[in-house]
Amino acid sequence: MRRERIVDVLVVGAGPAGLATAAGLAAAGVGEVEVVDRERQAGGIPRHCLHGGFGRLGMTGPQYAERCVAAAVGTGAVLRTGVSVTAWAAPLTVDTTSPRGLERITARAVVLATGARERPRAARLVPGTRPAGVYTTGELQQAADLHRQRIGTRAVVVGAEPVSFTALDTLRRAGVSVAALVTEHPRHQARPARALDARLRHGVPLLTDATVVELVGRGRLSGVALRHRDGRTAHVACDTVVFTGDFVPDHELARRAGLLLDPGTRGPAVDGAFRTDGRGVFAVGNVLHAAEPARAVAREGTRAAEAVRRYLSDGDWPSASVRLRVTAPLAWIAPNRLTPDDPTGAFTLRATEFVARPTLVITQDGRILHRTRPRSPAVPNRPFRVAGEWTGRVDTEGGAVRIALG
Amino acid sequence: MAVTRRGAPPDVTYDVTVIGAGVVGAAIARELARHPGLRIALAEAADDVGEGTSKANTAILHTGFDAVPGSLESRLVREGQAMLAAYAAESGIPVEPVGALLVAWDDDQLAALPDLLSKAERNGQDAARLLGAAEVRAREPHLGPGALGALDVPGESIICPWSTTLAYATQAVRAGVDLLLNCRVVGVGSAGEAHLLTTSRGALRTRYLVNAAGLHADTVDRMLGHDAFTVTPRRGQLIVYDKFARDLVQHILLPVPTALGKGVLVAPTVYGNVLLGPTAEELDDKSATGTTAEGIAALRERGHRILPELLDEEVTAVYAGLRAATGQDDYRIGAHKEQRYVTVGGIRSTGLTASLAIAAHVTELLAATGLELSGPRDLEPVRMPNLGEAFPRPYQRADLVAADPAYGEIVCHCERVTRGEIRDALTATVPPGSPDGLRRRTRARGGRCQGFYCGAEVRELYERGAEMGTG
Ligand SMILES: Cc1cc2nc3c(=O)[nH]c(=O)nc-3n(C[C@H](O)[C@H](O)[C@H](O)COP(=O)(O)OP(=O)(O)OC[C@H]3O[C@@H](n4cnc5c(N)ncnc54)[C@H](O)[C@@H]3O)c2cc1C
Ligand SMILES: Cc1cc2nc3c(=O)[nH]c(=O)nc-3n(C[C@H](O)[C@H](O)[C@H](O)COP(=O)(O)OP(=O)(O)OC[C@H]3O[C@@H](n4cnc5c(N)ncnc54)[C@H](O)[C@@H]3O)c2cc1C
Repeated sequence: MRRERIVDVLVVGAGPAGLATAAGLAAAGVGEVEVVDRERQAGGIPRHCLHGGFGRLGMTGPQYAERCVAAAVGTGAVLRTGVSVTAWAAPLTVDTTSPRGLERITARAVVLATGARERPRAARLVPGTRPAGVYTTGELQQAADLHRQRIGTRAVVVGAEPVSFTALDTLRRAGVSVAALVTEHPRHQARPARALDARLRHGVPLLTDATVVELVGRGRLSGVALRHRDGRTAHVACDTVVFTGDFVPDHELARRAGLLLDPGTRGPAVDGAFRTDGRGVFAVGNVLHAAEPARAVAREGTRAAEAVRRYLSDGDWPSASVRLRVTAPLAWIAPNRLTPDDPTGAFTLRATEFVARPTLVITQDGRILHRTRPRSPAVPNRPFRVAGEWTGRVDTEGGAVRIALG
Repeated sequence: MAVTRRGAPPDVTYDVTVIGAGVVGAAIARELARHPGLRIALAEAADDVGEGTSKANTAILHTGFDAVPGSLESRLVREGQAMLAAYAAESGIPVEPVGALLVAWDDDQLAALPDLLSKAERNGQDAARLLGAAEVRAREPHLGPGALGALDVPGESIICPWSTTLAYATQAVRAGVDLLLNCRVVGVGSAGEAHLLTTSRGALRTRYLVNAAGLHADTVDRMLGHDAFTVTPRRGQLIVYDKFARDLVQHILLPVPTALGKGVLVAPTVYGNVLLGPTAEELDDKSATGTTAEGIAALRERGHRILPELLDEEVTAVYAGLRAATGQDDYRIGAHKEQRYVTVGGIRSTGLTASLAIAAHVTELLAATGLELSGPRDLEPVRMPNLGEAFPRPYQRADLVAADPAYGEIVCHCERVTRGEIRDALTATVPPGSPDGLRRRTRARGGRCQGFYCGAEVRELYERGAEMGTG
């Protein structure tokens, strides 16, 4: 038998986004706010990022996670860990499993803050054998830093974006030498100082315009085959490979709810108030845009709390929306639904190529709504933002709004 | 009860030794164990059961509708299908009777269907029938454009191949069979009335010998002086799609067979995924279980035509299995009476389905070569942990969680595997020999994130279990 319960707001996921949302709601006194997380410990991804770079003061991940948890609990939100949301029983009712038993929780509003993960080797269709020694950054960090497991002796890191350099640090702490960072892009996508440090101080070569095309080895990885853009191939001996970046939202619950998804982000489609197309269901954090820095998603959580609070008091839910669509080399934009009473915040975009001096053009049904020259270049795997002052010009009865790099 | 992974084999003379603990060898050992009084060894080169072809197939419980009527394979597949279906029901091995559609995509294929129907009928599939284009589309709305018709074979099912092999081995061990893992047979000599096997763990004496070495059945056969066949590995690469793809397909979608082989199918799995494959590549390396860019590309192209939306889903795994082709259509099962030896070769692409019938057949052959068998007894039934999505999994069972909170503690989130299930697998009669073995017993780490969330934790649990002496 499932125990049945009712709360005012149920937040699924106790990462920075979910915790910030819960903290904001509990502080506003909206009633019973409960956050559940399937992990034994709350805090989300930062829990296993033992390095600095979180929050304003450059805290480590665990310190940051602890602060997020303390803020939520301090304002009166109820936090329950080891609780997995496994299914929907009704549009605002979920089923959960935990060691304390099975429950069915109904809420007035549900907030999905389920985060994102990196695509593993299989999803990237990298052929070859299936040896041990193949990681994503997330698994590597937990194995090396939380569980203190033996990793290997010599690694190749696939990717050269900020999280790839994080993997580099984790490997170094675990005593693993790094044979190379490999990126299919012509340049790395991290801060220049970070990349310079890896190359000069730690002697890690960066191989650009190169792809890992095969894993080799029986039982244990013995090497990877690389192909350069010009067709040259090479074999790099290593016993460990880390596939970094290539984030994908953990959208299982969103999808199982039948919520409208955005084809670019693959997360639920939301408007500026974090509303999905399912009445009473909000989504926030990396499930919307994998992946953004922890501070950015925590700020989002604070804004989402305000939106949820408004909904709980006025019950308004937009019935119509206009979709936002991007054209290559843009991969996605979030939020990606516009509704009439939207607060006009900022939009986050992602490009798949370097564009040195981008012009962003926003149109609807052939009509130009906005044209802007962002100050910084577009860099793959890095956020790129546009303010929302043009949203007032959108015809809410019109066709999709298109965003392109001109 | 003995499962050993190291040390010399027991200093006894076994009555029967089965070489190879794949689904076929394990089934044979189990069947022999039904006869009280026999000392039986099951010798396996790998560190776990089912590490060869048996772990990497398409997991279909075939009806044998397309077998060559009159062949040994056709009989053993038909009998084996019924036996395994009953065994699975008793043991809790997940089976889903989804049925198969052989879809015709061009006029030639459409024209071939009536012959296939009559072949199916000759193979005892009375419920098979032809479907028109509209009915095919109604049954499989996500099919790509151009399906002209289909042969409906309602008897085809999907099954869990991992728990099948494990159930056989578990029952065999519980009935007294010695399972010798990491025990590769490298030579066969004689010691008077017995065979003297040289193995990687030392000498092993046995009166009767069964060769169920799969891809290496020819090598073992040569150790006994026979040069009857050569096994040519035929690789099949497969792509496993995420569970979200499961709603796209209702049946096993088979291609209409051509001269080039059985072709690429799309099939649900009992774990709730969708399989696309296999390829068919003749190789000469019996260890070439890697996948290739060409293979994956070819499968994606086929898959796109059969079920276009499939390609939008995330891929969970890519793997390859090797079929033991011998240049002849039928199984190569035969006894050498004077040598007290039975070869079970060429169990190419239906061995999972036929396993129990092969075991019964081999047991008869052993009896005919002089092995004295007391009347068979029923073995204590095994109850396998449910890995299938069509039946309640532990995390969904309030009764189980209330009785033991470890079944409420989900460790692998994508596959919803609980600490209780992992513990059970690590302390089972036949414990896993590697984290991969643990995955095949529980599905832990086998889901869409492939360990991003749970990999380190699962490895920790496995290593702790192994330390406790159970691994
Ligand atoms: C390897 C790595 C390194 C990073 N390094 C940095 C860095 O240095 N600096 C920085 O600012 N940012 C970094 N980030 C990004 C930052 O960690 C994320 O932006 C942030 O954690 C996202 O917060 P979130 O709340 O959206 O999701 P998450 O932190 O991913 O939290 C989601 C939570 O939801 C839970 N959950 C999911 N599904 C369910 C369910 N069905 N039931 C119950 N619970 C569920 C999960 O257990 C998880 O705790 C890094 C990210 C990664 C992956
Ligand atoms: C791609 C593909 C798809 C398939 N699909 C299906 C299907 O849908 N349905 C179906 O019924 N069948 C299917 N099959 C066939 C089925 O998987 C095989 O017929 C079956 O697994 C064969 O089992 P086995 O025990 O003979 O071989 P294996 O599983 O290979 O077992 C042989 C064992 O012998 C061991 N061994 C070898 N040499 C020695 C030695 N010298 N000493 C000790 N041990 C040794 C090996 O380590 C191995 O574990 C498929 C096969 C493939 C490749």
